[in-house]
Amino acid sequence: MSKIKRTDHRRRRFIQGAVAGAAITAFAPSRFAIGGTAKVKVGILLPYSGTYAFLGEKITAAMKFAIAQAGGKLGGRDIEFVQLDSEAKPPKATENTNKLITGENVDFLVGPVHSGVAMAMAKIAREENVITIVPNAGANQLTGPLCAPNIFRTSFSNWQPSFPSGKVVYDDGHRNVVTMAWNYGAGKQALGGFSQGFEDAGGKIVKQILTPFPKVEFQAYLTEIAALKPDAVFVFYAGGGAIKFVKDYAASGLKDKIPLYSSGFLTEGTLKAQGAAAEGIKTTLHYSETLDNPANRIFRPAFEKATGKSADVFAVQGYDTGLLLLQAMNAVKGDTGAQKEIITAMENAVIDSPRGKWTFSAAHNPIQDFYLRQVVDGQNKVLGIAHKALSDLAKGCRMG
Amino acid sequence: MTNLRPTRLYLLIALCIVIAVGLFPLFGEKFHILLATRIFILAIFAMSLNLLIGFTGLISFGHAAFFGAAGYILAFVAPEDGAAAFWWSAPLSIGGAALLAAGIGWMSIRTSGVYFIMITLAFAQMLYFFFNDSPYFGGSDGAFIYFKPSLAIGSFDPVNLDNRVHFYYLAAILVLVVWAFLAMLLRSPFGQVIKGLRANEPRMRALGYPTQRYKLVSFIIAGGLAGLAGYLNAAQSGYISPAHLGWQESGSVMMMVILGGMGSLHGPILGAFTFVLLHDILRDLSQHWLLLMGGVIVAIVLFLPNGLAGLFTRKRIPQRDDDHD
Amino acid sequence: MDISFFLIQALNGVQYGFLLFLVASGLTLIFGIMGVINLAHGSFYMIGAYLAYWLTGLTGSLLLAILLGLPLAVLTGLAIERFAISHLYTRDHLYQVLLTYGLILIFNEMQSILWGNDLYGVAIPEMLTGSIRLTETQSYPVYRLFVSLVCILVALGMLLTIQKTRLGMMIRAGASNREMTQILGLNIKQLYAIVFGAGAGLAAFAGMMAAPIEAVYPGMGEGILITSFVVVVIGGIGSIKGAFFGAMLIGLADTFGSVLVPDYSGIVIYALMALVLLWRPQGLFGQRV
Repeated sequence: MSKIKRTDHRRRRFIQGAVAGAAITAFAPSRFAIGGTAKVKVGILLPYSGTYAFLGEKITAAMKFAIAQAGGKLGGRDIEFVQLDSEAKPPKATENTNKLITGENVDFLVGPVHSGVAMAMAKIAREENVITIVPNAGANQLTGPLCAPNIFRTSFSNWQPSFPSGKVVYDDGHRNVVTMAWNYGAGKQALGGFSQGFEDAGGKIVKQILTPFPKVEFQAYLTEIAALKPDAVFVFYAGGGAIKFVKDYAASGLKDKIPLYSSGFLTEGTLKAQGAAAEGIKTTLHYSETLDNPANRIFRPAFEKATGKSADVFAVQGYDTGLLLLQAMNAVKGDTGAQKEIITAMENAVIDSPRGKWTFSAAHNPIQDFYLRQVVDGQNKVLGIAHKALSDLAKGCRMG
Repeated sequence: MTNLRPTRLYLLIALCIVIAVGLFPLFGEKFHILLATRIFILAIFAMSLNLLIGFTGLISFGHAAFFGAAGYILAFVAPEDGAAAFWWSAPLSIGGAALLAAGIGWMSIRTSGVYFIMITLAFAQMLYFFFNDSPYFGGSDGAFIYFKPSLAIGSFDPVNLDNRVHFYYLAAILVLVVWAFLAMLLRSPFGQVIKGLRANEPRMRALGYPTQRYKLVSFIIAGGLAGLAGYLNAAQSGYISPAHLGWQESGSVMMMVILGGMGSLHGPILGAFTFVLLHDILRDLSQHWLLLMGGVIVAIVLFLPNGLAGLFTRKRIPQRDDDHD
Repeated sequence: MDISFFLIQALNGVQYGFLLFLVASGLTLIFGIMGVINLAHGSFYMIGAYLAYWLTGLTGSLLLAILLGLPLAVLTGLAIERFAISHLYTRDHLYQVLLTYGLILIFNEMQSILWGNDLYGVAIPEMLTGSIRLTETQSYPVYRLFVSLVCILVALGMLLTIQKTRLGMMIRAGASNREMTQILGLNIKQLYAIVFGAGAGLAAFAGMMAAPIEAVYPGMGEGILITSFVVVVIGGIGSIKGAFFGAMLIGLADTFGSVLVPDYSGIVIYALMALVLLWRPQGLFGQRV
């Protein structure tokens, strides 16, 4: 929390001395003072076009659904959502974040999906000190070296979902494993989590294969896996790549010989398209659509009825973002100027989520249960808890 | 070209613009100052590409490579615990981009036409994957520039880039500097030759000009200027990622040049301005705003081949470049 | 790493190459004969895949979906040619790049409006679901071999059309000399429309054939687009033969690159393209311009 903060002070000092009177308004102590009836502005920076659009749509719908269910108000105040299409493009992230924070003067910032966008966004969010809730992007850094009092994450760190898989794979009797993922941040960090879990248990990574992102031609790697003959394979793919990989893996006959494991994203929102090829795959994740708990029993049918979208892990992350906003704003009775109190309320929040109750770690990442799931009849059946109340390592986080 | 030469009118308009730009930070909102700064940076980027496609006749589809590479150079040389000095980091970034352009240009100018478009794209893609896959530059998550470069000379520190108004003025002045540089370059004998290349390359070759060498120099200058824009962009946002080098970025800047009017000195500035505003306006209109954006692009190509600048100068044939005064 | 490993990898490469050829052949036709750079070519691939998904759902058969979907795709292509591309024949390549870039955005949003942003899959037809055992651990899906077979047939069909038919003669004439073709009384407008429609159809057909082994998702056309361009440029613009060898070369290079230089395998095909162009600036089978 040191470097960026210093810049921040330097700039503020300067601006206060400068002629730029307009710039100062943004530092006015409490916008709430303008009037208790003013709307709470929630800025949303998520992808609504391109490959990640379905994630953006689902997270947005679920967050709004959570707030609508609670009466449509935050701490007694009406809400204004300012939605911005991030296009999942890091080069535009800075401008988009600035637009929401300094252009729209939002009280809260929600987003993004893409880790690259998240990096650029977190930097500004830290400098401008706006409370930011990350509903998906898993970059470990966000709750690691980039952690800040005003940044919260309701989803996961990339390390988290695959770390429990390590022990699962070992306990299933596999000792030599090949890992494979797209060569990008999320992929490498996910494999890092698995390797740690697996090697701690005593297993050996025979080979780590990184494939160019977002290419979905996997044949060459499958042949390599067939030649290496490991006990099992652990992968990280999501979306279109997940569908393609699972189909290719089954079609090449590997599935019956070498069991496939993954963090749960391999089989989230993709099962219908994967069909029979996905049957039997074991994954670990912080949610499953078949999870049997009171919150999930209520959430699933209600959400699907209200939005027409299927409830999956991304919907739950959006939903929990809504719950978090509700809790924090109720705690301060809608006073968005009371930033310290809001942060304290968030830090102490217990989210009664469809994924099970969870709380924040000191680095503001969820401490949550990770379930062992297996695809049975086109659903992620819960076999049990792979890791109870797992907290991210939060390497490099020094909360100021 | 039937030129009306309304010199006085132009001067008046130019004066108005300079005054407006100069006074804008006094009453512009915080975000709009940032946005304007970004437009200035993109204008420099677009002007650099215009030197290639508008004046030299080289259609580079990989221009974002130089923009992004300069940003990476800044990220790489800037210390994590303090500001890099502008006075050496900027020349280093620009020089690095120009050097890269020398390498890529040297290989690319052997091809022409569609092949040139594609080979520049290929090199940009290679660099994209290099930064994305290499373990040293932060991978797909990108890299930070923790502190904005410092323009201090000893204890004399008049311009503080942490101040957005200062950054705004620096970017505005650099737009003017680049514009003036290009204007002088194009009036010089060198400029006459590259314009000749665009109009009729075989003739220039027949006249005995080493055409390849002229093209290469033009490519290097354009790369260096793109590097300047990339340096400023990285300094402003404090962030650089492989996506900055992607083909979509190269496509966007091309769009700015066409939109403004290629082969016109001020066209790209107009283009950058319009493109950014268009993007923002359309995005607020509908969730399916890309449909509108696509429609606008198609319409401009079909109905406004000379770009916005063409609206004012009555230039008829986009392929030929006669006069841009 | 034994010999069978390399043989299977070669098979992977060739098979990938066939699919690339199917997409690239349409691109090179449009490139070579009409002189148009069509960035929206990948969009037709995407349209094909979505049509296959949609119509397979309606009819329950991939074959029927292809029979119904192909004319739809060709009609879309003809409409695009008529209303947009046909205005650009005399213009600089730059405008073609931009216009077709705009078309990509339009097609992507149309896909989002018509079919939503969810991810889909298409089932492999019942009779082609089997696989052939290659090694102890790996087998090869019959459908992939079937796709290769279809690609070979399409390649032969194109070769025959170009060499032996009147249309082929017009195409060859149009490719080598536009004015001459016109003077000889051939209707160049009609020819261009046919070529563009055929190119769009080929890309859509590739998308349809690939749908059962691909995922059907937003943005799927862009990845294959850039790779196809690399194929066309390596082979030499306008040369069907070039597209074929280019596709094989890229398929093999990409496959072996993935195994031999895994850390930088994303770069391999672009590096190959740069090398080929340095050696032969007009591609392997291109005409000197």
